[in-house]
Amino acid sequence: MKVKFGIVVFPGSNCDHDAYFSVKHILGYEAEFLWHKDHSIKNSDVIILPGGFSYGDYLRSGAIAKLSPLMQEVINFAEGGGIVIGICNGFQILTESGLLPGVLLKNESLKFVCKDVYLKVINANSAFTNLLNKEILNIPIAHGEGNYFADEKTLEELNKNNQIVFKYSDNVGNLNSESNPNGSVDNIAGIINKRGNILGMMPHPERVCNPILGNTDGTSIFRSVVNSFLK
Amino acid sequence: MLKEPEVTLQLAIEHGLTEDEFNNICEKLGRIPNFTELGIYSVMWSEHCSYKNSIALLKTLPRKGGKLLVKAGEENAGLVDIGDGMAVAFKIESHNHPSAVEPYQGAATGVGGIMRDIFTMGARPIASLNSLRFGSLKDARTRFLVDGVVRGIGDYGNSFGVPTVAGEVYFDECYHGNPLVNAMSVGLVKTDSVASATSKGAGNPVMIVGSSTGRDGIHGATFASEEISAKSEAKRPSVQVGDPFTEKLLLEATLEIIKENLIIGIQDMGAAGISCSTTEMSAKGKSGMKIDLSKVPLREDGMTAYEIMLSESQERMLVVVKKGNEDRVKEIFEKWDLHCEIIGEVIDEPKLYIDYEGKRKAEIFPHHLVLGGGAPVYRREFKKPTYLKKTKSFKMTSLPEVENIEEAIYKVLSSPNIVSKRWVYEQYDSMVRTNTVVGPGCDAAVVFIKGTQKALAMKTDCNSRYVYLNPREGAKIAVAESARNIVCSGGVPLGITNCLNFGNPYKPEIFWQFREAIAGMGEACRAFETPVTGGNVSFYNESPDAAVYPTPVIGMVGLIENLSHITTSYFKNEKDLIFILGEDFEELGGSEYLKVVHETVAGDSPQLNLDTEKQLHERLLFLIRNKLIQSAHDISEGGIVSALVECSILNRKKMIGAKVIIPVKTRSDFSLFSESQSRVIVSVKKSDRAAFEYYMLRQKAPYRFLGMTGGKQVKINDEITLPLSKLENIYYNTLSQIMGS
Repeated sequence: MKVKFGIVVFPGSNCDHDAYFSVKHILGYEAEFLWHKDHSIKNSDVIILPGGFSYGDYLRSGAIAKLSPLMQEVINFAEGGGIVIGICNGFQILTESGLLPGVLLKNESLKFVCKDVYLKVINANSAFTNLLNKEILNIPIAHGEGNYFADEKTLEELNKNNQIVFKYSDNVGNLNSESNPNGSVDNIAGIINKRGNILGMMPHPERVCNPILGNTDGTSIFRSVVNSFLK
Repeated sequence: MLKEPEVTLQLAIEHGLTEDEFNNICEKLGRIPNFTELGIYSVMWSEHCSYKNSIALLKTLPRKGGKLLVKAGEENAGLVDIGDGMAVAFKIESHNHPSAVEPYQGAATGVGGIMRDIFTMGARPIASLNSLRFGSLKDARTRFLVDGVVRGIGDYGNSFGVPTVAGEVYFDECYHGNPLVNAMSVGLVKTDSVASATSKGAGNPVMIVGSSTGRDGIHGATFASEEISAKSEAKRPSVQVGDPFTEKLLLEATLEIIKENLIIGIQDMGAAGISCSTTEMSAKGKSGMKIDLSKVPLREDGMTAYEIMLSESQERMLVVVKKGNEDRVKEIFEKWDLHCEIIGEVIDEPKLYIDYEGKRKAEIFPHHLVLGGGAPVYRREFKKPTYLKKTKSFKMTSLPEVENIEEAIYKVLSSPNIVSKRWVYEQYDSMVRTNTVVGPGCDAAVVFIKGTQKALAMKTDCNSRYVYLNPREGAKIAVAESARNIVCSGGVPLGITNCLNFGNPYKPEIFWQFREAIAGMGEACRAFETPVTGGNVSFYNESPDAAVYPTPVIGMVGLIENLSHITTSYFKNEKDLIFILGEDFEELGGSEYLKVVHETVAGDSPQLNLDTEKQLHERLLFLIRNKLIQSAHDISEGGIVSALVECSILNRKKMIGAKVIIPVKTRSDFSLFSESQSRVIVSVKKSDRAAFEYYMLRQKAPYRFLGMTGGKQVKINDEITLPLSKLENIYYNTLSQIMGS
């Protein structure tokens, strides 16, 4: 089958074109933009909620986006088992919508941070990681509110169900406070829901797909998703 | 509603106009202006909008030629052809005064303003740069300003979705009360869809789009045209408030109406708001307008015509639409949830009629108000400053020899001016749009152009200590160093934009600095064939203590014709050979070493030979295109030692040490810290050595073998050993330790 990516455009999304370019022009998959005021996901097989500052995010990141007309469709799609990837602001929207557990607080430093970080792959069998051939990925972050928090009971659940997909680490996989760029609990960088069809991650895989930029660690995440349809 | 005050000479003077200017206005109108008209004249004839004290000299700069498509000053930003039917638009602008009293909003709206200048031409902004100067970091107020300015730039640019890719940050006591915040934006446009800031065609509707209009920023332009004093704090309401989200929507909607060819002209509203956009567009199209201010969407009740005309509310544009397209334009702005109202129409008569609530509030001649029209042009007095005698007579040989050279090296390397600005640039999204090949932290940033094999290199630069000690030479160096940085990254310099930050032009010594700097800049721009595409003059950068150092910041853009030419400054492999191109003349005047170790700013600036510099650029480009060098890094502040250390540690993922012999002429501190110009450190693969040296010898080019890369330390002259781990800690952590996070 031909897998089609739908990339949601909220007013204030600013990684929408990056996701589109990487998925369509670097990886060669079908892709289409989805407008926030519309009521249709246009037969997309995978939905990407891109990074940015939806509706300005002046209130709380993602708090307005979850109320948009298109988001109601995305929620229905996700609850029916459809594959959804939320990157950065997309992750914030997923937690605000209740599709993923936990919240994303202001970074511990109270500052926006943009830099390359290393991610240790914790779950390599998910719909989003099944083609990963490395244990450590090098993917950038760029956010002011990426400090993942969940209470102990939720963390226990996440661990038990293998829902933690990525953790911030150093270049050899050590998990410690030095390798934690924003104060996230247990260095958590990305999680999936219990059913395994929804991924939220703060790092930006769409930024590391083009070989011209010198790093293609992000490609295997999108490839894994497509691969999961072929199984 | 308050009764409008009676207009008198006294009131005009309080508005910043002179007696002559007031008389000129009365003569032109044939009557005394009313209150609204006085307000419009006062902002339009402020230094900020009229360039009245600088324009005569600015016209001596090379403002056309090369690949310039639009002459400087003709549109909102300069435009340079880069082939393939594309052009690059770029401009730099200051927001010094607002940032001095309200650092966060001042800096944020500085970014917003310069972005609008770019997209109002139909260009999509692809990169943002800046140039920041503050007082000493030992001062708590400075740290407050640094924190606010950096957050302001970051929050605006990050939300707007344009990467901040390069910049410079300097600290010096002279900027204590008057920091400099200069923001630059670079955009791309197809040459067949460039928009113009003009208005013509009687009957065409005039629309205001974007945010509603409030009382923020009234008289911002006038505030920017006076010295900062104890009273400045009271001008905080003159600072505008930024909304990057609305600006992002405005960007998308604006590009759509330009792409669909629906409009005659468009201009952003920055300084002097509706006053400036209506008069400048009318003057450019030799037409007039009838405007009804009652149609302007307001965010506050009870605003007067005076306030509406002078408001500097952000994220607004004035659009002259081709009649018949109003509905389509409205549809596009509605799609983006933005205001879009018809507020008047174009008329053939070259006059501007402003009505409000059924009453005529102004009746003026657009041409008389604008730069290049009736706005005053002054030639100020100038006089060589007396301080130069003292600084020039300083004898370097009188400097005591340092006892411990390693200690001096670490002292220079720890200077906030030398260390990595990681603490700053990690707060900026430098990667969004996924075009950033070389981001902040290297010589010049490199942003590639999707769908082509090309990239743009860009950089801001100025060493204001040099300019202070020798304005002409210092300005030449600012241009040369920007060009050298562009060339080191594999690019051919295309053109510059300038942000001329100086003191009060009515002081003859300040004006002498300005005159000299313009002369030096012109010489250098002609030599490198980099015309001035536009820019900004910021006078009155003075606090109660003194004027800032004259700071003519250069923003340069270059074209990298093939992605394979992209070159970075750091060492690539162990056991590569290290060479230096260029010669040392033991020049310490204005150096970081003199300031940090001997606590003085004195001497003459380094000398710059434009022919030597140009040859260096040609040779570097030859070496890069023929793949004979692995890295190229220019020598600037901190001399050869700082440059070498940076070559070793700039790539934090793969640091590579070096073992070198640096030839000493008279004294080792002189040779290690000299800031002689036109010098570049390159690394060469062993297998390329013969070809490299053959070329250099055939060119009769000055160069020298320094040593070899490798190991975990930088070893100099067998006596100095600098471990990489210690250098890394100093370089990357000093600034965050000072800023407390």
